[in-house]
Order: sequence, then structure tokens, then C-alpha cells
Amino acid sequence: MVRLTVNGEEREFQGDEEMPLLWYLREEAGLKGVKFGCGIAQCGACTVHIDGRAIRSCVTQMAAVDGASVTTIEGLSDGETLHPVQLAWIDEDVAQCGYCQAGQIMAVAAMLEETPDPSDEDIDRNLTNICRCGTYYRLRKAVHHAATLRKAGS
Amino acid sequence: MMDGSLLSATRRDFLRYATSAGALIVAAPLSACSRRPGEVEALVDGPPALVGAFIVIRPDETVLIAFPNPEMGQGVDTSLPMLVAEELGADFDKVETTQMPLELKRDEDGEIAWKYVGQGSGGSYSIVGHWEGLRRAGATARMLLVAAAAAEMGVDAAELTVAQGVIRHEVSGQETTFGAIASAAAALDVPEEEPALKPSEDFTLIGTPQKMKNARAIVTGNAVYGIDAEVPGMLHAVIARCPYFDGIANSVDDRAARSVPGVRDVVKIERPPLDGPYGVQAEGYAVVADSVWAALKGRDALSIDWNHGPYANESSPSFQAHCENLLTGQGQVVRDDGDFDAAFAAAATIHEAHYWQPYVSHAPLEPQNCIADVREDGIDIIGPMQMPSSANRLVAQAFDRDRLSIRVQPTRLGGGFGRRLTSDYALEAALTSAAVGKPVKLLWTREDDLRHDFYRPSGMHHLRAAFDAEGALTAWTHRLASASKYYRRPNMPETDYWQAELYPDDFPAHLVDNLRVEYFSARSGAPRGSWRAPAHTANAFVVQSFLDEIAIARGEDPLALRLRLLGESQELPYEQHGGPVFNPGRLAGVLRLAAEKGDYGAPMSEGCGRGIAAHFTFGGYVAEVVDVKIDADGRLSVPRVVAAVDVGTVVNPNGIAAQLESGVNDGLSTALRLAINIEGGRVVDGNFDTYQLMRIADAPREIETHIIDNGDPPAGMGEMGLPPLAPALANAIFQVTGRRIRNLPIGDQLRA
Ligand code: FES
Ligand code: FES
Repeated sequence: MVRLTVNGEEREFQGDEEMPLLWYLREEAGLKGVKFGCGIAQCGACTVHIDGRAIRSCVTQMAAVDGASVTTIEGLSDGETLHPVQLAWIDEDVAQCGYCQAGQIMAVAAMLEETPDPSDEDIDRNLTNICRCGTYYRLRKAVHHAATLRKAGS
Repeated sequence: MMDGSLLSATRRDFLRYATSAGALIVAAPLSACSRRPGEVEALVDGPPALVGAFIVIRPDETVLIAFPNPEMGQGVDTSLPMLVAEELGADFDKVETTQMPLELKRDEDGEIAWKYVGQGSGGSYSIVGHWEGLRRAGATARMLLVAAAAAEMGVDAAELTVAQGVIRHEVSGQETTFGAIASAAAALDVPEEEPALKPSEDFTLIGTPQKMKNARAIVTGNAVYGIDAEVPGMLHAVIARCPYFDGIANSVDDRAARSVPGVRDVVKIERPPLDGPYGVQAEGYAVVADSVWAALKGRDALSIDWNHGPYANESSPSFQAHCENLLTGQGQVVRDDGDFDAAFAAAATIHEAHYWQPYVSHAPLEPQNCIADVREDGIDIIGPMQMPSSANRLVAQAFDRDRLSIRVQPTRLGGGFGRRLTSDYALEAALTSAAVGKPVKLLWTREDDLRHDFYRPSGMHHLRAAFDAEGALTAWTHRLASASKYYRRPNMPETDYWQAELYPDDFPAHLVDNLRVEYFSARSGAPRGSWRAPAHTANAFVVQSFLDEIAIARGEDPLALRLRLLGESQELPYEQHGGPVFNPGRLAGVLRLAAEKGDYGAPMSEGCGRGIAAHFTFGGYVAEVVDVKIDADGRLSVPRVVAAVDVGTVVNPNGIAAQLESGVNDGLSTALRLAINIEGGRVVDGNFDTYQLMRIADAPREIETHIIDNGDPPAGMGEMGLPPLAPALANAIFQVTGRRIRNLPIGDQLRA
């Protein structure tokens, strides 16, 4: 049996422990903000936080998350109060189709914990999520904007 | 473009859709003409027409506007409601927007027709097609609201003004709001008189930058894509498809698959007839299970021996050699102005080049998926579709059902790029549901998507140009050997295949006396389809690269050569989609603006270059100046792109910039690394490890969009940002390296 915390809620899982966390979150926990894009850790659409670090849930087996605390896009905001990265995404009007953006936001939120004031080079190195719609120009601006919002808020 | 087969929607078709809870709901088929849904599909490169909207005004003053066309990232969830809200006089901050389901009806002749408005997303046509009708829908609703307010106030309706959801009688100072008057308005008959539309100088919303309406849902993970949709009692399915073009199974052993816990059934999906129209794309075995994971495990446990099919010998190199070989012969001449041979023979200077375009995949980030529930009493289809009517038609044909018994709900799409104009996955889901007698949600994996796409056609281009002693262009020919996307279209003879690959009114048609355009239909097993800006991507690349080659050979400035060939503003006939007119002066206009804003021609530092290109795509004019930086190892980066855009009247300048940025990044991503490789009659690439979409590190840090709004009727913006990018990039690369990129993708050509 796997015990884990998802967005602050304690949960138990008794199924196939080889199953990727992605499918558990989407199908069993009903957290559909976590997206499937490639299944091989290439695109980042499935990015969630485990104990504060960004991971790709499509290649993370349930067996590996016993005792872990998982945060998804649904758990990123503080109730109705959006996370600075979410606010920055709205301000810069980043999304097009939007499918990659939950993963992008989760990756950026984790990056800012480690690198609160990222340079463009930090962004290039750390952000490897794919956006098929090509929103990278606004996305980069939004990362810098989020860094500013985050500092102002703390 | 109108002909006798078009439907005529009349005033009596306008209906008050429903009234409830004080809400006014109107549905308005207000177009002067409309096409039958089946025809629209055949016209994805041509104009699907049609107009209309749903407007719901709630007592709390919020207004819900349904957008008819599927939203896939192109911004119609915001731009189409802007058209309605402008004429309605609504406060756009109080407008919410939602996706309209597919609405069909049977017309007076018993034919299936749009019930209200056209509902496909393709050909950059949403704004163009709905420009009149959606504004009329808003204006009609405003008339009803004003009439109700006038009656309540006891004043003449003509004395009322409407702004930001407030209806005011200046003389008496009385006012009311949309929310307060909506239920009274809903009780009125639709006025006989045609609502007048605002002159453009009175627009207060159209032309202002608006952010995307559904941003909050997206950033909180609450936006519902097809992959997120659910219906009660549904099972999950994945399909093992034959990886070989048109192959079939020699034998199947599904015992291990059936013993995977959670697997309910394994269902065979028949392949379409050889060389016949696609319904589904390939033979396959659907594994139906209680969960996605069980279905995936079940599929892994299938043991299938696939026959390699009729294209077992096809590979990327063999296909390229086939195209090269075709070009040595005589093709189908599809345009022949003047006497090309004579002019070419008499030329003072001649120029010639070959260019190669690989197959590429759409790869929307949300893989294909669809829910189908096939029952005796009807069929429900829910999923990400650009052309929901095509899902309706395919499923109706397959099950021999009345099209009106099939309900289709398009969801938000996690990208489209033309892939989801084809609804093969909806039919697969329906066939699977019918076989198991339950609602089924079909999921494609990324491997399924990359190996079973309808790829952007691949081909070899041969261009020649001739100039006289005075430097005038006297002859031009464009010869193309490619695998047309019209392959296997219903009722499409091979002699029409060229129409999807060469647009004979494209530049330099009408600007050169001797012009020959020639097509060679190449044989390939790879399925083909419409890929964002279809043939414009390849044709812009070759023509705009060739112009630079010519300019450099002639010792002319590439921009100056373009400007002198384009000449003055004039209206040239343009019969393909985006017409009826091509104005070379407008193309020159965006070139000049992009050159000025992008400092074209300014001195560059070591290792840096700057290229320019422009193209007319589906009614829109875009020029781009692309900067490159290439280091000693041949590593390339693109720090900056400056674009000038003329798409006529601007609806949402923010949306135009977003689509331009998207087109730039898509063009760059595709030019840098993307190719679908074929080996042994199957697609090799299965995921993003080898099909390497661009990431942020390679994306331009600066993208500038400069808009020319000259008040011409609006064109769309979903595709036009893409075609100029690759040639402008190749032209910049030449400036730095002296190497001409004639084969895409660029890959590691600069490293050699
Ligand atoms: S789905 Fe996990 S990285 Fe792509
Ligand atoms: S917004 Fe569509 S994939 Fe990123």
C-alpha cells in the first residue's frame, strides 16, 4: 500500500504500484490539471511538486511516492488567492491552447524557490517544458514578472 | 465564392432560442449565406462561411457569449465574442465565453445544414467568416433590449443610447441595465428591420487589446480539454495500430492482454479500403479497460504479427529519390502564362535551385482522444475537434444513422495545427463503443500520434528564373514533386492533387509575363493532411529563399529586389483561399515596415546575420526580419524577430501579437529540427526524444509585432505568422556563413 498526501489531503493507494503517478492523479484523485503529453519525461505537461521539487509524474511510479507530499496545479494557489506565478501568467497573457501551462507553472514555481531571481540563462537551463503553441516569449516575461511579484509578496 | 448550392438563411430563421430565469437567449443564423457542413470540410483551405451566436444575459449583468468555432489556442474564445459584444454594447469585462456544441439541422430540401452558424476552425477563417454575422447577432440582441427599455421608460427607442451594458435616455435621465431589462426583451418579437451595424470609427471594443477570456481556468488547471472530459460509466481504450502504412495483422494473440486485470475486451478496428478515403487511419486492436493504465498494460501485452503492407520499401531517402526522379520528366502544367521556354532561352541571366521539405507532424501537445457513446437511440461524441461536423459525418456514415441523432460536443483543444480537422479518432472511439456497448474514452499516446498523423506533405521543389539585360524578371517556373494532401480525399482525381500544394496565383503570378507552374504527384504511403498554413509554409520557404539567391547572384539588395518585383499597390486576382484579391503593394508595405523596425541592412557584428522574407497567406500579409547568431561550432541562435503584419481591420491586437509569436516559434521549431523519418514503410519517430520540438532555450528572446491597420476587411491571424520565418532565417544564415539552406530541417547542416 502507498500512503501519500495530495494537495494537503492524506490518501491511500492499493493498486498496481508500477502505475505512474500521472494516472493516479488524473484518474483516481480527479486532478485533471495534470496533463499527459509524452509519457517519457520529455514535455513536462505532467509536472507536479513532490516535497516542493518539480517532477514529471508520467515517469514516477506509485511505489516511489510512498510517504510523499504531492502538490498539483489545483493545490498551488492559496484558495482563491492565486500563486504569483499564476498571477504573472494572467498578467502576461501567456496561454494559447493552455495545455502545457499547468506544467510550465509548476516548473516555474519550483524553480523560483531555488532561484528567486532567475536570469535568462537560468530560465534556459531550468525550463525544459515544451510548449507546442510557442508561447515562450511571453512565458519568459512572465517568469521575470512572477519573480518580481513573489518578492513583493514575501 | 457563392454558388447555387449555398443555403439562404432568411430573417425568419432568426429565433429567440429560449427564455429562462430572466435571461434573454438568442441564437442567430444571420448570414446571407451558408454552406452545408459536409461542404465546409472539403473547404478547409477555402472559406467555410457562416455566422451567428448565442447570447445569454443574466440578471447579475454578466453576459455569456458562446463562440461557435472550436478554441485550440488561436483565441476565438475571446475574439469572436468581441464581435458580438461590440454591437451588443456589453461591458466586455462582464462577458464570459463558452464553447457552442455542434448544431445541425435539416433544411427545406432535407439536406443537413448548420442550425445556426458555421463551426469549424481552419484556414484562418474564424474572424473572416463571422465578421458580419456575429456583429449582426449582437446588434439584433441590442435592438430587443432597447425596444424593451423604451417601452418601460415610455420613450422613443431612437432616443436611447447603449454603452457598457447600460441603456440610457439622455433627455429624461432614465436608465436601465441589460440584466434588468433582459426578461422583458426576451418576450418581444424579433424586429423586422435589419439591425444597423456601427461604422468602424464608432468601435469601442474591436481594435482594443483584450486578454484571453479563459486564462484563469487555464492557470488553475480547471480548463476542460477533451482528455479531461468524462461521462458516467465510461470505459477506457487504447489501440494498437498497424505501424506500417496500410498494413494489416497476419496474426493476433490477445490472451495475455485479456488477462491483465481491468481489461474488459479487445476489439478489432478495420483499416480503410486501400487507396480509398480514410475513416479511421489504420487497422488496429482496441484494448478496452476499466482504467487508462490497465488499457495501456493490456496493449503492451498484445502480441501482433504485422504484415508490412504495400509500402514496405518506402523510406525517407527512397521517397526523396522518387521526387528527384519525377522532376527529370514532364509534369502536369497547372499554370502557363506567356511562353516560358522562349523567355528562358532569351534571358540575359538565369537562376536555378532545388529545395527539399520533409514530412512533419502536427504533434498537438494534447494527444488525440475522444469519448463516444453509441446507443440505439443516438450517439454522443465529445472531444477535441477542429471540425466537429466531420466527426458527425464520419460516425453517421459508419453506423448508417441520421446525422441529427449524433450529438457532438467539441471541447477546448490542446492544440490543433490542422491535425484535428480530421476526426479519425472520433470514429475509432465510436467503433469501440459500439463493439463493447458502453461509452468509451479513447486515448492516443504520443507514439500513436507521431506514427499515425496526417503529415505535412513532403516534396522537392525546382525553381528557375530569368532576367533580361535591363534586369527585369522575364520568366519564372516553380516545379514541385510532392505527396499531396489530397491523396485519398473522396471523389478527388489525381489530376486535382496539385491544388493543395501549389497556389497558382501566388507571387510572382501576374507580375511576370512568362510563368509556368508544374506539378508531379509523388507516391507515398504516408497519410497527409493540412498542417498550419498548409502549402504556404513550403512555398514561402522556397520562393523567399530563391529571391535572396537571385539578389545575391545579381549583386542586388534582397529587400530592394523584392520591392521592385512587387511594385505598386494594385489588386491582382487571387482565386485560392484568401482571395479574391492579392495586393502586392500591401506585401511591400509590411516588408518596408519590418525592415525599418528590424534595422534590416544595418551593420552586424561578427557571427551575426539578419534575413528578411514576406508572404501572403490566406488574406494576410506578414513580413519578418530574423536575426541569427552562429558561433564557431556552427551553433545557431535567434535572438530577435521583428514582424510587420497587415491583416486588415484589427479585432484584437493582443491576439494578433500572440499568433504572430506562435507562428514565429512554430516556424523556427520546425525549421531547426523537425522531420518525420520513414523506414521500411513505417514512421520511425515516436516521441519528443527524436522529434525535437523547440524548448524555451532556443526561442527568440525578442519578438516584435508591428501592425498596419488600414481599415481593409479583416483577415485571420492563426497561420500567417509562420511562412516567412524559415526563409528569413535561411537568408540570415547565408549572410553569416555563405551556406544556402536548401533542405529542411537545418539540423546539423551548419556543423558539417
Ligand atoms: S507527459 Fe510527462 S513529461 Fe510529458
Ligand atoms: S499553450 Fe499550447 S502547448 Fe503551450
